Amino acid sequence: MLTIATGNKAVAAAAREARPGVVAAYPITPQTEIVEQLATYVAEGSLDADYIPVESEHSAMAACIGASAAGARTFTATSSHGLLYMHEMLHWAAGARTPVVMANVNRALGPGWNTWAEHTDAFSQRDTGWLQVFVATVQEAYDVTLMAFRIAEDERVLLPVMVNLDGFSLSHITQSLETVEVGDFIPPFRLPHAIDIAHPRGYGTLTPPDIYFRFRWDMERSMRASREVIAETEAEFARRFGRRYGPTEDYRCEDADVVVVALGTLGKEAEVAVDILRNEGVKAGSMRLRWFRPFPALDLAGREVVVIDRDYSFGFGGVITHSIRSTTGVEPYSVIAGLGGQEVTYDDIAQFVRQREAGKEFWFGVSD
Amino acid sequence: MNPLPAEEYVHKCTTACAGCTSSLSLRYILKAAGPDTVLVVPACCTAVLQGVYPATAMNVNVYNIAFAAAAATASGMAAAFRRSGRSTNVICYAGDGGTVDIGIQALSGALERGTDFLYICYDNEAYGNTGMQRSGATPIGAVTTTTPGGKTDEKKDIDRIVAAHNIPYMATACAAYPQDLYAKVKKALSIPGPKFIHLLSPCPPGWRYSSERSVEVGKLAVKTGLWVLYERERGELRINPASKAAMKRPAPVEEYLKVQGRFKGISDEAKGMLVAAMERHHRRLLAEEAGTC
Repeated sequence: MLTIATGNKAVAAAAREARPGVVAAYPITPQTEIVEQLATYVAEGSLDADYIPVESEHSAMAACIGASAAGARTFTATSSHGLLYMHEMLHWAAGARTPVVMANVNRALGPGWNTWAEHTDAFSQRDTGWLQVFVATVQEAYDVTLMAFRIAEDERVLLPVMVNLDGFSLSHITQSLETVEVGDFIPPFRLPHAIDIAHPRGYGTLTPPDIYFRFRWDMERSMRASREVIAETEAEFARRFGRRYGPTEDYRCEDADVVVVALGTLGKEAEVAVDILRNEGVKAGSMRLRWFRPFPALDLAGREVVVIDRDYSFGFGGVITHSIRSTTGVEPYSVIAGLGGQEVTYDDIAQFVRQREAGKEFWFGVSD
Repeated sequence: MNPLPAEEYVHKCTTACAGCTSSLSLRYILKAAGPDTVLVVPACCTAVLQGVYPATAMNVNVYNIAFAAAAATASGMAAAFRRSGRSTNVICYAGDGGTVDIGIQALSGALERGTDFLYICYDNEAYGNTGMQRSGATPIGAVTTTTPGGKTDEKKDIDRIVAAHNIPYMATACAAYPQDLYAKVKKALSIPGPKFIHLLSPCPPGWRYSSERSVEVGKLAVKTGLWVLYERERGELRINPASKAAMKRPAPVEEYLKVQGRFKGISDEAKGMLVAAMERHHRRLLAEEAGTC
């Protein structure tokens, strides 16, 4: 069905379509609309789920873990401080192999209070064992939320998935949306290690080093296997519903001498900048990074690269800049821009490309 | 004495300390609950005494979870069980630190939301698993590793906090009265909604008495009136006979204090506050039971 929706409403609609049994959530700007919408679905009867209005995000994730272990598909949504507050339980969800799906509406961290877009919240959860994907349009927010359940619950993965969308610049903007009837695209929830009363087990008991180590390796094996599961899921989604996704969304990259790499809405904005630069005779392209974990293999050999980081690792640098440097060997021009919702236009992005200097770091609006 | 079920759900291979009353109590709790039960256990002594993976001393499912997260985990679990038509008992078994301190927010939330579960706080009045540091449940005057001169603050009254949630059933219990504990767990599990049992659990290494005296110490807690056994079912308070008798004719508080190294050298001021708090507690309970408050 063709309709219009905000990013938040699209996520909620997709979550409903996936038929979770338990939604446990806590409000936080700019995510609140997602959980309000899900609570409304439950109240009006269009979603047969238990909505648990927990007293904190830590409890939201704990409730999702408990529900998942007891055999229910689970969903939650959060943002920023809420994501950080559940940090401990993010590690637990991944380690317990509970395939929770969560939307994280990317937002800056205080102080001072700032509710606008930034990616530091998600990157702070980098090592929790969650798959992380970043979306850029309302349609993609919907499609990826659906795919997230299938990927997380695949027996080769059984790791939680975080769907990231930019606060306000995607969560609150309205675009056209084509909803689908998901059918058997998402199979019924089946957790192989769900609690079974007939076969009592100790979950998460004291674990000696050699076995603990093996569990960590199992997580990494699943993370590696998830690349194939993601590719299969995206291919199957394209076959059934006609929209195609991959580890990156490449725009005019085939013959590009210089490639802009960014995530989320800035990655989409970069496409307009590419057109401007092409009109100036610059052979530019853009590569919007969609999956952050597992981090994809990027083909950037022989090109100049401009990375826009909407994040920062203090005392080190832009997280994406360094990820690309370490995985591809290229030396990007590192632009730090858009922190705390700073306005970054396609004209600004075109200018970043014009002024590029490999190996340099530039703080937009701050650096000389 | 009523015969208790012969089935054992705690095998004889836990790594609990000699004289540990929390593991002893768990034996009775699980006899009352039966096999259709999941224990949700946050960081506490029970997290480490159940065995080392892949072995477990427990013959029911045990779901270990982070320190602050037991009650919230139970909320999700109970919701998932109920919606799939299963009446599985979800029992949180948490220490006092995991209940009155770090876990209090999740506990309060789960009680307020009407989660269908039983939360049992086994209270040894300190962080036992990490070597006896003070918790909010440590009584005034008690020496712990972080109150080497004796605790200067009074024990947090978690029961009044829980009572403020107006849950259908709450009770206190003591490891030295296993029949009473068994009956209370049975009753709690027969009532839908949130239930809470506060279980005093004497701890030989923490309280500094020799391990064969656990039952004696527990009985002294009740006989002196420092620990009162009662139930509050749908708002109706009933003080149990053992405590009724103790409140009428209490044993001297010193009898309880002097057998425990943690109270060695307790100041008269701290002892006075301990007794004053006990008397306040008694007055409140008696007035509530009589319907005069």
